[in-house]
Amino acid sequence: MPDLKINFAGIKAPNPFWLASAPPTNSGYQIMKAFDLGWGGAVWKTLGVPVINVSSRYGSVNYRDSRMIGFNNIELITDRPLKDNLREIEEVKKYFPDHAVIASLMVESKSEWHQIVKDVENAGVDGIELNFGCPHGMCERGMGSAVGQEPEVLKMIVSWVKEVAKTPVIVKLTPNITDITEPGIAARQGGGDAVSLINTIQSIVGIDIDNFVPYPVVDGKSTNGGYCGPAVKPIALNMVKNCSLESGIGIPISGIGGIENWRDAVEFILLGASSVQVCTAVMHYGFGIIREIIPGFESYMKEKNFNTVNDMVGKAIPNVKNWENLNLNYKIIAEINKDKCIGCQLCYIACEDGAHQAIGLSKNGSRVPYIIDENCVGCNLCSLVCPVENCISMIRTDNGKFTETWKERTDSGNIPVTFDDPLAGGLNHFVPDPLTALKKP
Amino acid sequence: MPEYKKPNSKEEFEKNFSQIKPLMKETQAYYESSRCLFCYDAPCVSACPTGIDIPLFIRQINTGNVTGAAKTIYDSNYLGNACGKVCPTEVLCEGACVYNLQEVKPIEIGRLQNFATSNSIRNNIRYFEPGLPINKKVAVIGAGPAGISCACELRRSGIEVDIFEAKDKPSGLALYGVAPYKITNEEALEEVNYLQEQLGFNIIYNTYISSKEDFRKLEENYDAVFLGIGLGKTNPVNIKGENLKNCYGAVEFISELRMNHHLTETGDTVIVLGGGNTAMDAASESAKLGAGKVILAYRRGRNEMGAYDFEFELAKNAGVEGLFNVSPVEITGIDKVTGVKFIRTQTNNGKLEMLKGTEFIIGCDMVIKATGQLKQSEVMTNIPGLETDDKGRIKVNEKTYQTANPKYFSAGDVISGGQEVVNAVAEAKAAAAGIVWFLS
Repeated sequence: MPDLKINFAGIKAPNPFWLASAPPTNSGYQIMKAFDLGWGGAVWKTLGVPVINVSSRYGSVNYRDSRMIGFNNIELITDRPLKDNLREIEEVKKYFPDHAVIASLMVESKSEWHQIVKDVENAGVDGIELNFGCPHGMCERGMGSAVGQEPEVLKMIVSWVKEVAKTPVIVKLTPNITDITEPGIAARQGGGDAVSLINTIQSIVGIDIDNFVPYPVVDGKSTNGGYCGPAVKPIALNMVKNCSLESGIGIPISGIGGIENWRDAVEFILLGASSVQVCTAVMHYGFGIIREIIPGFESYMKEKNFNTVNDMVGKAIPNVKNWENLNLNYKIIAEINKDKCIGCQLCYIACEDGAHQAIGLSKNGSRVPYIIDENCVGCNLCSLVCPVENCISMIRTDNGKFTETWKERTDSGNIPVTFDDPLAGGLNHFVPDPLTALKKP
Repeated sequence: MPEYKKPNSKEEFEKNFSQIKPLMKETQAYYESSRCLFCYDAPCVSACPTGIDIPLFIRQINTGNVTGAAKTIYDSNYLGNACGKVCPTEVLCEGACVYNLQEVKPIEIGRLQNFATSNSIRNNIRYFEPGLPINKKVAVIGAGPAGISCACELRRSGIEVDIFEAKDKPSGLALYGVAPYKITNEEALEEVNYLQEQLGFNIIYNTYISSKEDFRKLEENYDAVFLGIGLGKTNPVNIKGENLKNCYGAVEFISELRMNHHLTETGDTVIVLGGGNTAMDAASESAKLGAGKVILAYRRGRNEMGAYDFEFELAKNAGVEGLFNVSPVEITGIDKVTGVKFIRTQTNNGKLEMLKGTEFIIGCDMVIKATGQLKQSEVMTNIPGLETDDKGRIKVNEKTYQTANPKYFSAGDVISGGQEVVNAVAEAKAAAAGIVWFLS
């Protein structure tokens, strides 16, 4: 049986699946319930001077019949008194001593930081997460992402915390920045023990087009919120990858952003995360999704012969390269499985209008399109729009013996350098005569 | 075991005859429209005789533009709501849906169509207005699907239209000839009313145009005449006992059922003769009216029936029993039906053979003959110069729908011998274009 237990920067947990600091971790009641169902850790909803929230707090992006593929919120940090939260932290730790309870914190002055770190550690937390990510409301008051966007300020606050903290300190990073590694490096330099990312992305999820107000609507007005949910996963994965590749960071990463099933968790871990945090999926489906995550994750570990989570961490990182190091001689072309094709012809129109005019329609009445091999650039588009599993495959056509990268070609002076350079990659690609576009069949 | 109790009230009738394609709720329509792949050159469109841009209207439903969806439908088909309900979508648009090839349930196109069109009818959202008057008048004979479709198209070209209808209500087959679980009377009538309010054609009811004199007058008063007269009464089977009490023609039976609902008589045992879609309807309807036993008797084998498979499935699900390779030789009884005498048959090289000495009688107290419909030959012979084919169908030019008498145009069952409502709608729209061409 694979071992799910982790030691994340000194924080021990029965598994790497934690709840992110958010509404699902607002109370001891919720966290007890989650631990009871199998979650391995929880980052408490951010503590600080309690706020007053607005009514109407969340907005959603739906795609066709899928709800909440993207989600945003304008809720702030905890609105509950600190003493209530501390009492509940103690109670949770009493019942679940082996689970990870991490306090997310956000305050302003050095003395406040010192005080609150001591308070939560006295209550028994296993670690501290510094909320330098919240991109709405709190940042207007000089906290949250306002800190995360200023590496020097971030570094200073981390060092204040480290002056008193006895438990590991995780620095939560905001994605609302050009280069995520800059605050990541600052976190390390300030003495942080780990980073977690991503916090939410500044967003407007949609507009009420009848009343001209963005969502969520608060008495006819709105503000930007923080975006999360499945739609942000690709952005989060990329930022986790950037932090993994940055040697100036070099501390554990807790991956956050659109995780809702075991596959998502595996992906973050393969890019270097050693724990993952979940919020939106729980807000959508409840804590019960852990019933799918754990067995799915375990059977993947078994199948791949991973004994511990650590064995998996960063496994995909060696295969992430800069574009200039990709093999330019690798060639694939599409192949349509005639027996599987249902004749929707989406591949045809996608290639015809959106790519390289490399798919033709049969003239003998069959609805199965055909690939015009010599026009196909191997872009994948047809295989992506095809609604049938494994109907369009991308088949390798080069022999794999000769690799050549852009970097190598640059080094040997074998690249296009003038506007009409004969080395242009698309020089001999088929492009139809513009006027044929206007011919009606 | 009868599946249905005899309905004794409007409510019980509506329960037994509940709509097989009920109106979708908003969420259903949203989910179902989400599944559409938006195929390129979609096969559902090619399968629709009226060529509705189905992927487009489904996408419009999905984006909350339901009135735009209905416009897309009505632009191609004036009876978009009736067709959504009564079309055999299983063999037309839905039968062509690419999902079938993956054994995924095809998109419920008919119901999505009704979701859009019924919303526009209910809220009286108008898409059409009459064209500027061009001082031409056309007489349309028959207010069925063909007549209504033709009238709508003519009105948009500014032509005045008077429709002459023998009955006291419009819609023809959609009202009198289709099974009540496919479309309600209200739905059929509301759509015609909705179109009439937009386009202002006149319908003159209770006016049966049939004599030479009738047609002479029409020719005097109108610039062209459109014949959308459909088919006539049930074909006789020409066997003894056919005129006994409780022996009905299917067309007449269904028409009575549509008008009188639960007050329509049925028997303890009903034998339906025939193997076409109308036979399936009559059998299902008898079962839903509470008949103790319904036997569908067909001369040939099950797989040789003209009916669509899904129609036979519907009948079986209603409790109908099939009896194959039997041919009726006599309807027994003195003044009232007491049974049907059959002879067993076999098919030899496609030829039907009666097996001597195999006669037997099945007792019953009602017989419904679903043996096809007569042509309106009496009417047709009174129109000068009209030509018909060897099956008694009016011959028309396949593009203009003009008959051999240039002043007359025709479409629908009277030229096809009996097809779907949607075919009549499509042909009649094209015929109207033929008339516009003829008058200009």
